[in-house]
Amino acid sequence: MPSFVMTEKCDGCKGQDKTACMYICPHDLMKLDMETMKAWNQEPVQCWECYNCVKICPQQAIEVRCYADFAPLGASCIPMRGTDTIMWTIKFRDGMIKRFKFPIRTTDEGAADIDGGVQAVDVDVSRIKEQGLYTQIFNDVKLPVPG
Amino acid sequence: MEPTVNNFEFCEKPEIVEVETDVLLIGGGMAACGAAYEANRWASPQKMRVTLVDKAAVDRSGAVAMGLSAINTYMGKNDPADYVKYVRNDLMGIIREDLVYDLGRWVDDSIRLFEDWGLPVWKKGDDGVSLDGHQAAKAGKGTLRDGAEPMHSGKWQIMINGESYKVIVGEAGKKALEQNRQATGVDQNLYERVFIIKVLNDKNDPAKVAGAVGFSTRENKLYIFKCKTALLACGGCVNFFRGRATAEGQGRAWFPVWNSGSNYAMGAEAGAELVLMENRFVPARFKDGYGPVGAWFLLFKATASNALGEDYQVTHAEESKKLYGKYVDNIGTCMRNHMMMIDMKAGKGPIFIHTDKALQKMGEKLDKKQMKHLEAEAWEDFLDMSISQAGVWAANNMAPEKVPSELMPAEPYMLGSHAGCAGLWVSGPGDFGPEEYYWGYNRMTTVKGLFTAGDGAGASGHKFSSGSHAEGRVAGKEMVRYCMDNPEMPEFGESADELAAEVFLPMEVYAKYKDYTTDPEINPHYIKPAMYQQRLQKIMDEYSGGVSTYYMTSGTMLNEGFKYLEMLKEDVVHLAAADLHELLRCWENHHRTIAAEAHARHIAFREETRYPGYYYRGDFLAIDDENWRCFTNSTYDKNTREWKVFKRDYHQIIPD
Repeated sequence: MPSFVMTEKCDGCKGQDKTACMYICPHDLMKLDMETMKAWNQEPVQCWECYNCVKICPQQAIEVRCYADFAPLGASCIPMRGTDTIMWTIKFRDGMIKRFKFPIRTTDEGAADIDGGVQAVDVDVSRIKEQGLYTQIFNDVKLPVPG
Repeated sequence: MEPTVNNFEFCEKPEIVEVETDVLLIGGGMAACGAAYEANRWASPQKMRVTLVDKAAVDRSGAVAMGLSAINTYMGKNDPADYVKYVRNDLMGIIREDLVYDLGRWVDDSIRLFEDWGLPVWKKGDDGVSLDGHQAAKAGKGTLRDGAEPMHSGKWQIMINGESYKVIVGEAGKKALEQNRQATGVDQNLYERVFIIKVLNDKNDPAKVAGAVGFSTRENKLYIFKCKTALLACGGCVNFFRGRATAEGQGRAWFPVWNSGSNYAMGAEAGAELVLMENRFVPARFKDGYGPVGAWFLLFKATASNALGEDYQVTHAEESKKLYGKYVDNIGTCMRNHMMMIDMKAGKGPIFIHTDKALQKMGEKLDKKQMKHLEAEAWEDFLDMSISQAGVWAANNMAPEKVPSELMPAEPYMLGSHAGCAGLWVSGPGDFGPEEYYWGYNRMTTVKGLFTAGDGAGASGHKFSSGSHAEGRVAGKEMVRYCMDNPEMPEFGESADELAAEVFLPMEVYAKYKDYTTDPEINPHYIKPAMYQQRLQKIMDEYSGGVSTYYMTSGTMLNEGFKYLEMLKEDVVHLAAADLHELLRCWENHHRTIAAEAHARHIAFREETRYPGYYYRGDFLAIDDENWRCFTNSTYDKNTREWKVFKRDYHQIIPD
């Protein structure tokens, strides 16, 4: 497949012109069928199984079926991505289940601060000729040269 | 076959959107986000406009879209000179030492920012056991900036909880763009889902950039950007060789499947000089899922062997020295592949990575809770960056603590950020290094005003995600400086109508001929992009040393392949697109073809086997330092479709 959309669960992101999966897919694979209002993967042979459509779907309507040209059937990896952690449920072909939880970020979504700490400097544009990045130049970091 | 002239008789003419900016960033990955972040600081106080255009969505575009489990370039207390030695050794003695040393001077600055912005970085616990980003915070470990010790997996590699790595870096990049938008008062400076197909040159000075053209993959719109300076940050090249998977598994490329060689092709067509395009990377990875091996070898101390339990790096060392001499003494990535493949060809496979033994050995010292944490770490390595590999394990009932896994060398890739060094020839920093490596602006190509970074900047591999971001920042800063020195807005010669006709030609071809046959997929008047790509992959695989010949090629094989590549290039005007999605694929494959030809032309020029284990010249099997320890550079003439390949001197800056 690799990513597939479950008919029952997909609501076409409630009739918006663009679904969440279409928005996020890095390879332009997800498409909304305007008649059925269901999304689908239009080019499975180009799917990297990056799971970004799976993680973003508000209805949890998308999963991944491993590449059928080399993987036996019956396994699945299902993520549940929260605000600061992600939970994974791994189901083996023989039914064994493993569960893992990992951190994903230490700040709230949208809270990356690009003006705080060492970044909070007055940029004097005339110093652009100096070597280094602005955070180095205005925090007086000396760059080495080969000795 | 007569090419179709596109007068928009059959397909709908797109709306034309013209955008003027000072700094244009093409791409949305680590390098482009770094460029946006840094350029904003220098550009906004001067009300200079910074515009970013990405074929995907910045939150999840580029090579880090899925996430990463490690940052592979972290200096810490190391000397950048030692970093140069490490990169030079792994890339077989030929790198731009000025670029690599320079990168070592600023890469950690970006890593510390990532942590400030919210990236969880593993820390070393008091008992030496690793703590993930959240555990470390709870234990009061502080940040890298505070001096906390990260959990190294190798000398240059540190572990992260990187599922949202790109989301976080993208967030910072987008905020910087928004600051610039407010400072300059423009309506929009972030264009997502717009694919740039070529750079436009100045009409009075063809060796100067003037803009770029592309189209929306969502609406019927042509985008023409006029700019003073542009950055190519469009990644490496993937799936230009036939892969080991034959059907839907082709999507499971080791590097991101959307890296279509655009950086190399657009640079070459704009007239920029290329370097070391013969260099490729053949990653030896977990078979089929292409899961990463770095943490397994470095952090978990796993070993690899042939099926008989022999360590091929020991058994084949002496034999390999006959051809590769001193390069066997301190084994780099390609040499490891070389020795592994000797055993594979001798039928001593499969090659195994002993995950089971490694975890069992580590477990001897751990209690039950610590063992559970270790198991989670092992799985996270895949679930953060190569989820398919977890799927392959689960589908085959393979628990890594119980059974070993197969390793397999993959199909070839071109890139400039990972363990490879193909790319554009760029200026160095200028405060050290030979004069011929500096022409005014750090990371500028040989086309005035055209910069590149990340996978695009050649002869300087092993920058990885962090180095790509930091390199993008330096390029972003230098682009602003270029604008300050060159305030006039350039002009390109092409009219909007001419550009529309060129970009949308595959739509016109399709619309004109589709009804000629009952099945639009099979039609004598055109070729669809998927089939075009298969043709390219087959030519490259069979003639340029792909997996089907065990990476073997020669002058005679390459020359035969050029005949077929030439006809493939002729057929590019017969590509047909039924919709905007296929139009994207048509242009991606045009880019792949130019990048692929550069690769083959460079291999043909370099009469030695510089990278055994990545590819072999059967007619020149040895390394020949006397004649070939030099850069191989090239230029492309898009009008005659001809290449010039030539040597440039290698200057050693850091002593052995």
